Amino acid sequence: MQKLGKQTIKFDNPPVITEVASIVGPKEANGPLAKYFDQCLEDEFWGEKTWEKSESKIIKETVNMAINKSGIPSNDIEYCFAGDLLNQCISSSFGLRELNVPFIGIFGACSTFVEGLSLGAIFIESCAKHVLCAASSHFCSAEKQFRFPLELGNQRPQTSQWTVTGSGAAVLSQNGDGPFITHITFGKIVDMGIKDANNMGAAMAPAALDTLICHFKDTGRSPSYYDAIITGDLGYIGKEILTELALDKGYNIKSNYNDCGVMIFDKEKQDTHSGGSGCGCCATVFSGYFFKQLNEKKIKRILLIATGALMNSTSSQQGESIPSIAHAISIEM
Amino acid sequence: MDWLQNINFIELIKCFITGGLICVIGQILIDKTKLTPARILVIFVTTGTILGGLGIYKYLVDFAGAGATVPLTGFGYNLAKGAIKGVQEYGLIGAFTGGVTASAGGISAAIFFGYIASLISKPKMKKE
Amino acid sequence: MKPLDSKKDYQDYVDKKSPNSPILKNCFNAFWVGGLICTIGQVIMNIAKSRGLSQDICGTIVSIILIAISAFLTGLNIFNKIGKFAGAGSLIPITGFANSIVSPSMEYKSEGYVMGVGGKMFTVAGPVLVFGISTSIIVGLIYLIFNTQNITLV
Repeated sequence: MQKLGKQTIKFDNPPVITEVASIVGPKEANGPLAKYFDQCLEDEFWGEKTWEKSESKIIKETVNMAINKSGIPSNDIEYCFAGDLLNQCISSSFGLRELNVPFIGIFGACSTFVEGLSLGAIFIESCAKHVLCAASSHFCSAEKQFRFPLELGNQRPQTSQWTVTGSGAAVLSQNGDGPFITHITFGKIVDMGIKDANNMGAAMAPAALDTLICHFKDTGRSPSYYDAIITGDLGYIGKEILTELALDKGYNIKSNYNDCGVMIFDKEKQDTHSGGSGCGCCATVFSGYFFKQLNEKKIKRILLIATGALMNSTSSQQGESIPSIAHAISIEM
Repeated sequence: MDWLQNINFIELIKCFITGGLICVIGQILIDKTKLTPARILVIFVTTGTILGGLGIYKYLVDFAGAGATVPLTGFGYNLAKGAIKGVQEYGLIGAFTGGVTASAGGISAAIFFGYIASLISKPKMKKE
Repeated sequence: MKPLDSKKDYQDYVDKKSPNSPILKNCFNAFWVGGLICTIGQVIMNIAKSRGLSQDICGTIVSIILIAISAFLTGLNIFNKIGKFAGAGSLIPITGFANSIVSPSMEYKSEGYVMGVGGKMFTVAGPVLVFGISTSIIVGLIYLIFNTQNITLV
């Protein structure tokens, strides 16, 4: 493990993503990526009484599924990194309380999944054989905590994004032949003064830009090195802004850039306005779609940049702007 | 069904147009500003109370009937009308009792039906 | 102008990039749904009047019936669809006030019937009552002052 430039870590023995799992809710199951997910739920409660319990169950089952698919005995998983959007990360800590694996709860808003993968990769390189990373979000519990009751008859603004219901989990190992995590670039907190909690994509795009440029500078790579550059949940507006701003800085990412929030829903049919968001967005799209693409060698090099808006409902009521973060990992076959 | 015979269509059209226009003002506020629904409701009820207190809203009610009383400005008008009536009847104490007395039916109904709805119904996700 | 030069430049840039709501369509829907709700209110009012009830009681009956309909539709998970379509058309009439009380009641049912439903019922509509009632008291007090000095306000 060595440090490149200012913010990037390069692995000498790149950790392997051995196996992944993804479970999504009913709306995602009607989206364009439905066939790639391991399991699609029929209703948002999944037999539970509350959405919070349902979200805990989703992350718990996703983690169990990832462990089972990997064939690694759960006793051999040494550490678990997980997080979500609810206050004090209750979905992951409640969902994984019976896992019996040392647990490191993390919060990076919607960037949690990549933050987990990055920390897990560092653990693998330094001491552990197998670690687990997971993240989840739930549309209903997120609306309840951040916005309005579900039954309130309001109109969502055109710039708003739809929180993905779902969870993604990944098992990282020292050895194997899956996709490798070769570089990670941790991002800085960037705040360009956007206050509108209904326009997260615009708030987070500068953070994604900062991390993207930093990654290219640190590694000496150019955008064309990657088959795909994927951001977590910038949505349509954030995607357009990032593409333009990157071009402005001399990085043309137009041809190989996409966003998980844009990919997971059908904008016209599903009426999700600016696209998907939430921890689950990047986690399920990577675990469902990109991991399979990598394994089938359809794409070989991917830069995954998960973005997060580091605010809560109190800060937005107090009129604070939205500090944002983006972490990038380079995954190669 | 005697009421059917004395339907006053002019009255209904006045009511429809006035009520619709008040809602359009609200819609413009929603689309052009970043106000939340709660703030918009507050603006309407406060405006209605002030216009009611100044005696202006009464003309709109006389003109449009339910077109002016059903929107939340009408709720505010009702509060103001009640407070003034309370003062006329009971003096100082009426300022405190009048408004709520006049709108007690609506407030109680909303609380009661809200509680009933929560007993029998569960929120569901918007599926489109 | 480079968008990232200052926060203000970026805000202006974002405003240009963000799509506007379809305001004409929204206003049209708000107009006819809002008008229709008021007209239903007027019809109820006329029925009540034809039974010989006083103006005030008729108004109260209209409010209660519209609130009951709104609560019923909210409970059936239908009101949010109407609200999505009509926007202010269903928010501004008394139906929106009822919906803003019923929807948090249902939402916070999972936290129990006392502190969940009872405690959170007014999270959205509470300010309406606070500002409405406070303003009405001020109106009453002002009226009282002018009235005792024999100057009529209304």
